[in-house]
Amino acid sequence: MEHNIKAGTKGGPGLLLKNGRIIDPFSNTDVDGSVLVREGKIQEVGNPESVPEGCLVIDLQGKWIVPGLIDMHVHLREPGEEYKETIESGTRAAAAGGFTAVACMPNTNPVNDSSDTTRFILDRARDAGFARVYPVASITRGLGGEELTEFGDLLENGAVAFSDDGLPVRDAGVMRLALDYARNFNALIISHSEEPELVAGGVMNEGAVSTQLGLKGIPAAAEHIAIFRDTAIPELTGSRLHIAHVSTAGGVEIIRNAKRRGVKITAETAPHYFSLTEEAVIGYNTFAKMNPPLRTETDRLAIIQGLKDGTLDAIATDHAPHSVLEKECEFALAMNGIIGLETSLALSLELVRQGHISPMDMVRLMSTNPASILGVNGGTLKVGEVADITVIDPDFKWIVTENGFVSKSHNSPFIGKEMQGRAEFVIVGGKIVQTAK
Amino acid sequence: MNRLRSRHVLGISHLEPDEIIYILDSAEALKGILDRPIKKVPPLRGRTVVHLFFEPSTRTKLSFELAAKRLSADTVGITASASSVVKGETLIDTARNIEAMKPDVIVMRHPMSGAPHIMSRYVDAAVINAGDGTNEHPSQALLDLMTVRQHLGRLDGLNITIIGDILHSRVAHSDILAFTKMGSRVTVCGPATMLPPDISALGARVIYCVKEAIRDADVIIALRIQKERQGRSLIPSSREYATFFGINRQTLEYANPDALIMHPGPINRGVEMSPDVADCDHSVILDQVTNGVAVRMALLSVLLAEPERADQKNIVEESTGGEHGA
Repeated sequence: MEHNIKAGTKGGPGLLLKNGRIIDPFSNTDVDGSVLVREGKIQEVGNPESVPEGCLVIDLQGKWIVPGLIDMHVHLREPGEEYKETIESGTRAAAAGGFTAVACMPNTNPVNDSSDTTRFILDRARDAGFARVYPVASITRGLGGEELTEFGDLLENGAVAFSDDGLPVRDAGVMRLALDYARNFNALIISHSEEPELVAGGVMNEGAVSTQLGLKGIPAAAEHIAIFRDTAIPELTGSRLHIAHVSTAGGVEIIRNAKRRGVKITAETAPHYFSLTEEAVIGYNTFAKMNPPLRTETDRLAIIQGLKDGTLDAIATDHAPHSVLEKECEFALAMNGIIGLETSLALSLELVRQGHISPMDMVRLMSTNPASILGVNGGTLKVGEVADITVIDPDFKWIVTENGFVSKSHNSPFIGKEMQGRAEFVIVGGKIVQTAK
Repeated sequence: MNRLRSRHVLGISHLEPDEIIYILDSAEALKGILDRPIKKVPPLRGRTVVHLFFEPSTRTKLSFELAAKRLSADTVGITASASSVVKGETLIDTARNIEAMKPDVIVMRHPMSGAPHIMSRYVDAAVINAGDGTNEHPSQALLDLMTVRQHLGRLDGLNITIIGDILHSRVAHSDILAFTKMGSRVTVCGPATMLPPDISALGARVIYCVKEAIRDADVIIALRIQKERQGRSLIPSSREYATFFGINRQTLEYANPDALIMHPGPINRGVEMSPDVADCDHSVILDQVTNGVAVRMALLSVLLAEPERADQKNIVEESTGGEHGA
């Protein structure tokens, strides 16, 4: 089916998404109906009585119309490691996975610690024309953990948050400085919360499986200690902090308690933490190596509980492309991380099918909350809002294959798994950037 | 049984009890060759064994080399570097290059757990794990089983106590799996900084006091304190270790007087074991070394045996006139 993909953009005849199930957590609506997009914006929601002339009409036959999904934690690898991923390939993979926007982490080469690099990333993303990109700049220069970057300048040039992701901010004093200074700009700090002295060269979760495999473990306590620190400092400074990739039951509990005390923290987890356990490492599977590591079944269930009760605010993939050079090697030498953009939606839909969360909850975790935490557009289908929309076919069955990825890399532990659900259309600013085949 | 189920010997965790018995019986049959004036038999003539060592080793390498030579295999030794910092050739490239030269067996030691498992996915040759990181050292556990069976006549219902640095010891890991699989009970003891998490998952129990740990032991295995494997020091001093965890005459007063004393070597005399204990009547440490060659001969021969020649008795009978046929 060939569409005028620009029908919903400026000067276009309009785009009507008809006969859908409209799910918008922002207005708490879950109704059958249609959405009319014109001039890059949402013009009407419900059942428009008249359709503009020449308008592109797509009959969705009950598929879900949701605010565009936002992955607030990805690594696009450009600049510096273009053999793993580029902004072009990464945003194309994002669109293929149903995302209209991603926030990209600063651990590139050079590190995104200056407005030059931030602008470069935004330029590249605009040229690519797939998902929107929101650059996250580093908290400290060169990820060195010492001197703060120019928060004000970076924000003015398009950065949306600050993180030394991949590395914890080792020094609590530096974290305090960052959180203090963040108050001037109401800036968001995103923390990779892990106590490095307890990680100490570990390569997987510490426990029975690490002992069986003779691999050095990372105890869950490394995350507990750091999350506690990272809830205590914003409590002191009154600023906002977001905790990345929560992987442990203890971490969820510490965040739950801090939220009860009124600390301004939010938190995310990744699909692999609610889909897999440390058992996936058996056989020295480097595609199951990431940091924080896959944990136990108890942790997995606690992560799901955290998503259900709102302790965890977002599902973000920590999409971390690596080539075979970093993954086809000894387990201890393999780099951390897996790709996630193209499997996140189907894995999250599995939580819906299993009855853990409602479709509305899922959209809140994957769109509305990430938009509000990052302070960016989208996350709602409100009239007048920018037309970033994902159309989801929750039933489509497919199998993950090594060659099926749009991403430049294929380091996924889900290869071979049967999935259910995918993005049918992805619309960014009224333009259809992705149509499922 | 005349073959192992796997093409490779990667760890005790991959072997079933009947396979272990088969290897031990083969080793017993082949051991006689070591006592003969001409210590060479022809079964592996024309076969090639590559000894690929990414980590220094003296006795294991020597033992594997002698085992291969006793069976008339051609052997080549390669000492490679596994540096993670200056990456030259990757492990997989090394594997593919060695494979291209058509060896029959690759005996491999590597400082990282799981490296032989990765190697085995890229080669047609049989891979024997000669020690990988802190994971396994299956031939050592098999020679320990062989030694215990020789002296005590069985492998089930025994109390085996392993003392020392359990965390960094692939020998401990393989021994725990091996003795447990054969129906014995394994107790581990050592400084708690040297005990791995959740060791009960392997089937061992932990006793913190040496005197208590050896009380009912039929076999006491002391391990080498591997200073080279530790990051920061895990014990305050060698002196304190010797006092609280070393095996000496005083500690042995708490043990069964017939308990066998074993050590995988090399011994830090005066630290994990006092010299008089290492050399006492119940010490079978040198038997372990001899059995090591026999077990490695057995591994090579069961992995390379032609199906029709798989019965080790036949090989030995042909070459010895049946004197070791039993």
